Amino acid sequence: MMLQLPLVVTAQVDLVLLLVSLLALWTRLSRLSYPNAVVFDEVYYGQFVSLYMKRVFFIDDSGPPLGHLILAFGAYLGGFDGNFVWNRIGAEYPSSVSVWSLRLLPALCGALCVPLVYLLTLELRFSHLSALGAALLLLLENSLIVQSRFMLLESVLIFFVLLAFFSYLRFHNTPSSCFRYGWLILSGASCAAAVGVKYMGVFSYLLLLGVASLHTWNLIGDRGVSHLSVCVQCVCRVVCLLVVPVLLYVFWFYVHLSLLHRSGPHDQLMSSAFQASLEGGLSRITQGQPLEVAYGSQVTLRSSASQPVPCWLHSHKANYPIRYENGRGSSHQQQVTCYPFKDVNNWWIIKDPGRQELVVSSPPRPVRHGDVIQLVHGMTSRFLNSHDVAAPMSPHAQEVSGYIDFNVSMPTQNLWRVDISNREAESESWKTILSDVRLVHVNTSAVLRMTGVSLPDWGFRQLEVVADKLFKAQSSSLDWTVEEHRYGTSQEQKEREAELHSPTHIDVNRKISFWAKFLEVQWKMLTVKQEDSEHKYSSSPLEWITMETNIAYWLHSSTNAQIHLIGNPVSWGVANLSLLAYQLLAAVYLLRRRRGFKDLPDGVWSQFVCLGCVCVGGWVVNFVPFFLMEKTLFLYHYLPALCYLHLLSPALLEHTHTHLLRYVHTHTHTHTHTHCILSLSC
Amino acid sequence: DPPVFHGSLVISSQVVCPNGKGRMHFTKEQNSRGHFSTAKQESVPQLRKDPIQGNNSEEPPSRVLLMLVVGLSFSTRLYKIADPPHVCWDETHFGKMGSYYINRTFFFDVHPPLGKMLIGLAGYMTGYDGTFPFVKPGDKYEHHNYWGMRGFCAVLGSCLPVFAYLIVLELSQSHTAALITATLLIFDTGSITISQYILLDPILMFFIMAAVLSMVKFNQQRYRPFSATWWLWLVLTGVSLAGALGVKFVGLFVILLVGLNTVWDLWRLLGDLSLSLVDITKHLLARVVGLILLPLLLYITIFAIHFVVLNKSGPGDGFFSSAFQSRLIGNNLHNASMPEYLAYGSTITVKNLRIAGGYLHSHWHLYPEGVGAKQQQVTAYLHKDYNNLWLVQRHGENECEKRGILLRKTTRNLHTHLHEAPLTKKHFQVTGYGINGTGDINDLWQVEVCGGQKGDLVKVLRSKVRFLHRATGCVLYSSGKTLPKWGWEQVEVTCSPYLKETPSSQWNIEDHINPKLPNISLSVLKPHFLEILLESHIVMIRGNSGLKPKDNEMNSKPWHWPINYQGLRFSGVNDTDYRVYLLGNPVVWWINLASLGLYVIMVAVASVALQRGFSLGQKRIGMVIDCDSNDSHVLMREGGQLFLGWLLHYAPFYTMGRVLYYHHYFPAMLFNSMLTGITLDVLLKSADLLLRRPYSDWLQRVGLMVLLFSVLYSFYLFHPLSYGMTGPLAHEAGSAMAGLKWMDSWEF
Repeated sequence: MMLQLPLVVTAQVDLVLLLVSLLALWTRLSRLSYPNAVVFDEVYYGQFVSLYMKRVFFIDDSGPPLGHLILAFGAYLGGFDGNFVWNRIGAEYPSSVSVWSLRLLPALCGALCVPLVYLLTLELRFSHLSALGAALLLLLENSLIVQSRFMLLESVLIFFVLLAFFSYLRFHNTPSSCFRYGWLILSGASCAAAVGVKYMGVFSYLLLLGVASLHTWNLIGDRGVSHLSVCVQCVCRVVCLLVVPVLLYVFWFYVHLSLLHRSGPHDQLMSSAFQASLEGGLSRITQGQPLEVAYGSQVTLRSSASQPVPCWLHSHKANYPIRYENGRGSSHQQQVTCYPFKDVNNWWIIKDPGRQELVVSSPPRPVRHGDVIQLVHGMTSRFLNSHDVAAPMSPHAQEVSGYIDFNVSMPTQNLWRVDISNREAESESWKTILSDVRLVHVNTSAVLRMTGVSLPDWGFRQLEVVADKLFKAQSSSLDWTVEEHRYGTSQEQKEREAELHSPTHIDVNRKISFWAKFLEVQWKMLTVKQEDSEHKYSSSPLEWITMETNIAYWLHSSTNAQIHLIGNPVSWGVANLSLLAYQLLAAVYLLRRRRGFKDLPDGVWSQFVCLGCVCVGGWVVNFVPFFLMEKTLFLYHYLPALCYLHLLSPALLEHTHTHLLRYVHTHTHTHTHTHCILSLSC
Repeated sequence: DPPVFHGSLVISSQVVCPNGKGRMHFTKEQNSRGHFSTAKQESVPQLRKDPIQGNNSEEPPSRVLLMLVVGLSFSTRLYKIADPPHVCWDETHFGKMGSYYINRTFFFDVHPPLGKMLIGLAGYMTGYDGTFPFVKPGDKYEHHNYWGMRGFCAVLGSCLPVFAYLIVLELSQSHTAALITATLLIFDTGSITISQYILLDPILMFFIMAAVLSMVKFNQQRYRPFSATWWLWLVLTGVSLAGALGVKFVGLFVILLVGLNTVWDLWRLLGDLSLSLVDITKHLLARVVGLILLPLLLYITIFAIHFVVLNKSGPGDGFFSSAFQSRLIGNNLHNASMPEYLAYGSTITVKNLRIAGGYLHSHWHLYPEGVGAKQQQVTAYLHKDYNNLWLVQRHGENECEKRGILLRKTTRNLHTHLHEAPLTKKHFQVTGYGINGTGDINDLWQVEVCGGQKGDLVKVLRSKVRFLHRATGCVLYSSGKTLPKWGWEQVEVTCSPYLKETPSSQWNIEDHINPKLPNISLSVLKPHFLEILLESHIVMIRGNSGLKPKDNEMNSKPWHWPINYQGLRFSGVNDTDYRVYLLGNPVVWWINLASLGLYVIMVAVASVALQRGFSLGQKRIGMVIDCDSNDSHVLMREGGQLFLGWLLHYAPFYTMGRVLYYHHYFPAMLFNSMLTGITLDVLLKSADLLLRRPYSDWLQRVGLMVLLFSVLYSFYLFHPLSYGMTGPLAHEAGSAMAGLKWMDSWEF
């Protein structure tokens, strides 16, 4: 085989781009392991990284798992074993922790933002000079540098958002070819990643969808394209920008859940079925339990509501006071409460109203949906009872008590109908852990419910349990699940027999599907509210524009060396100015166009509009939602919005230069433009 | 008589066809803008005029129809207006507030005053003397003339179907659409019930619908600008907007609707190159005057009347600042005279300077376990109360001018310590501590006059004062957060370590009793009207967002409403009571819900077809191209307005933190019903896309009949909800409503 000569490699390298990228890498990556101490929110993200390393399940309400996963991946590369106590800012890392690798991925993302902005400006159809300007603005923005250099997520978010817009615009600008859809898929994937890092990414995703649907709408209006082609293109776009991101988003959770399989500190928030699927914790207790609840079963009943705390149906040898503090009377029967700790008084026995035995017959007769049962308290043998007496703390609801016959014309009303709310068939049997059951009082149709209110001292501050009309409460506070379960046997012999005859001991681990786990985790993440704490450095959105506050990230106790997050005042000023200028200019153009004055040729006008949609739109969607949020906000929340403004400034300058000032001294202006951009950036 | 309407429709659509064609032609060539607009100018007046002529030629049936709608509407609303003869649901509030106007007693409410003023006026005119106390729902009215107030609300409520009929007729030029809308609303049990009692909702909805009607009429006058009728409708729109906002802040949504419509209109005018800039400025100014200045003036007038009429002290005083209270006859600050400078040994009340800040308050109850130290609670309380009184004591012998321990009537010292406050965790807890004035070092507070020098005397009422804690250096602070039930839902008081001067940490001395000092008359306080206006608004907005669900109440969610998930009990619970239950006629509401979905689908299909250049009309009447662009125009443009109205009156509730009720949906429901009229009308007309001519007409007529009949029959079934039921509840066999409890969540 002959080698064909000359052997030619033709490569075009944008040296400016290369240079800017190298500078970005240098600013973001040099001396990355300094300071060798926990800096600001590393203390927060670090604990999750440790939990990943130990494969311990946790719930974090601040965002979906991808961001934590990326940080954990960095830690994994550095061989971090998770053995570090993240308890305070400023704590020194031991030498075993590779600080450099912990911070590497966010820093890389932060560095890559700079060339991305350069390319994005080009895709917005502005000149290389503007692109350089935008890249320099981003490169020299000290707040971004600070935020990128530590184990934080903003730079990752910004990277994915910019990547999504860049690849979408590249897709839009490329003439038809197969590669085109590669860019679109990349765009969809970056959107999924952005949303997966922080929920704030949703707004950028929506903006991108808006831009894309506008373009698609124009495509539909293009009569030159055949119907078939339009259909195919629309379907492709839907698949790439809607289906792919959703699937990827679920995939992040899949990775998250398959990594974390051990029980941990947040187990209590989850349902019994979920907990049982984790190693350790509940599954240790529930392994080998009989699956179907039968007459004679001994059970503990856990309330499905995890607010305020998870708890179990409970009763004890104390009665309701004859009169409450406010003078209302009670039945003076035995208290029934909900108790947040494991206790022998949490055990109840399921009894068939027609029979006397409290043991499981052989074969066991399973309880099915719609059956009427009695519940006997294991330790005191009282029947769970409810009647038309006002409950202690929620007087509109019925009291629930352990029935005692005081001969005061209070008949027993201790029949409860089993209503399995998550049943699949009408005759489904009551299953341990898996079934959510409502206990409907037969006489009054009221439903057993945990109210979440604490009883006073006479009730030992346990939680109140009442019977209430069906629709008055959130559904979850009505549901109860059997958590611990054993077949009741009163004699030694029978115990063994029952064990032998009991049905298969199904391992509940495998019974909960990924989708159920995903939905539960996602729902808990969105609804669990961590305590809202005021912070010394928290700020309100309006203060961000004027950069009134900074954040002290780190302070060395002895040398007084410090790291602060604060923006570059010049570039922030320019950003604000260009935002204002764009809006003014857009308003003037619009009004004048409406009156028939065409200041700009159509191509330039659409370029100008596209710039506004991406940059001003991006700023709006990343800024305005914060006004509606109730959580504690910091200056760094503004950084994604700021990046859009840095994208806007040079492009707007170029637009002003080429289209507004073209009538005046044309020749001097090329220089002015260059000077402006360079001086701005420096 | 349906065939006649049908005829009129055919006439109008034939006239429209050429215009529709013209529009399509020119929109294709966007560049020939000049041509486009002139052509439009010539042709469009025909489009608008001719249907009207068509109507005129068909006048008798349309007038008969209108009379029918009016008659049915009034008779359904006024039937059994005096039943039940006891206070129902929120009548207890609004009836009471109407009485306050008659008695001229000052009160506080979260809504602006117009609605209650009108109720009061109606009561006054019909001989109600304002003496009925309206204590709680279920109280018998006895001999009091309550029917006048109810009748007034019912009359306004009766106008709603009529307005809806006129709006839809104006928008769609179709009697069928208008008839469908009117039928839905007249026979909706929910709309009937909510109109029959002393409530703000019928008044509010009256103004909303009046505003929409005038807006639509005004739009129709667009080719005769600055004519007398043009001005009339403009001014009427402005007046109705002021009315809507004057009744409830929900009126803001209709203002937004009208505002968007006006912006759209101005944008259209701006694009009309035959108009000079001077003309456009005139248009702009006319709208500014009619839709901004006039309503604003009226709105302020309403408040001016409110403040002039209510000049006696009453239950609402404590919500307002000391200056405000000094206006009210009977208030202790009215022409007050008290010692001018604060002295030791004085008994005082201390009011926070934040608007609606409340008095420093304490009561016997302790902080519960787990919330700091288990000492006596200190809160801020908005009502006047003996527990607001504090005694100023001197601590030892100290050369500082004013320093004291504040001692309360329950004889505990104001105290703070390094425990975190119950809600604002960064602040310190404030408690009552010690017995009869003996306490510890943490009871010492230093009084500081804001902006004053050391040695200045503390002036009662006029000095802004801060209380600095000696030991920790924090300042007494009212966070504005409402405590949970253990704190009786009063406002949290903390000690803030941040010394920034905000109204939350500033207080003034309001009452000042010291028998040893001479009283001096203080008439310095008279506030400016605009100050009062601003203050009352802030108090109202605070109050509004502070409305949290009560314990035993179902917190209704916005998604419950369109599906008619659960109503409201107006009167009675048990089977022996006379029960009235506010619940929409499920058939009507579900038709509405379905047609919302239908509307979205139809618009999507129509706009994709237009964008792609398909012509649905070609299939339809072979010879005329694009005739149904009229239909799709009605569907998209006019239906769009109503859809926007529905959205504006519904979507914002998802973002509200306050407690929500089912009846908040009724304004949105009106828009939804109007949209249903238009949607179903267009849908029925589109029957000829499927069938050939005579069959499609039959289908159309049969569809309409089935629709009207099902609404009527469902009204027959559900009318006891509005007109009262007695006897067993619906789940029992002997009930009049047996078998009608279609959803478990309905409570009748």
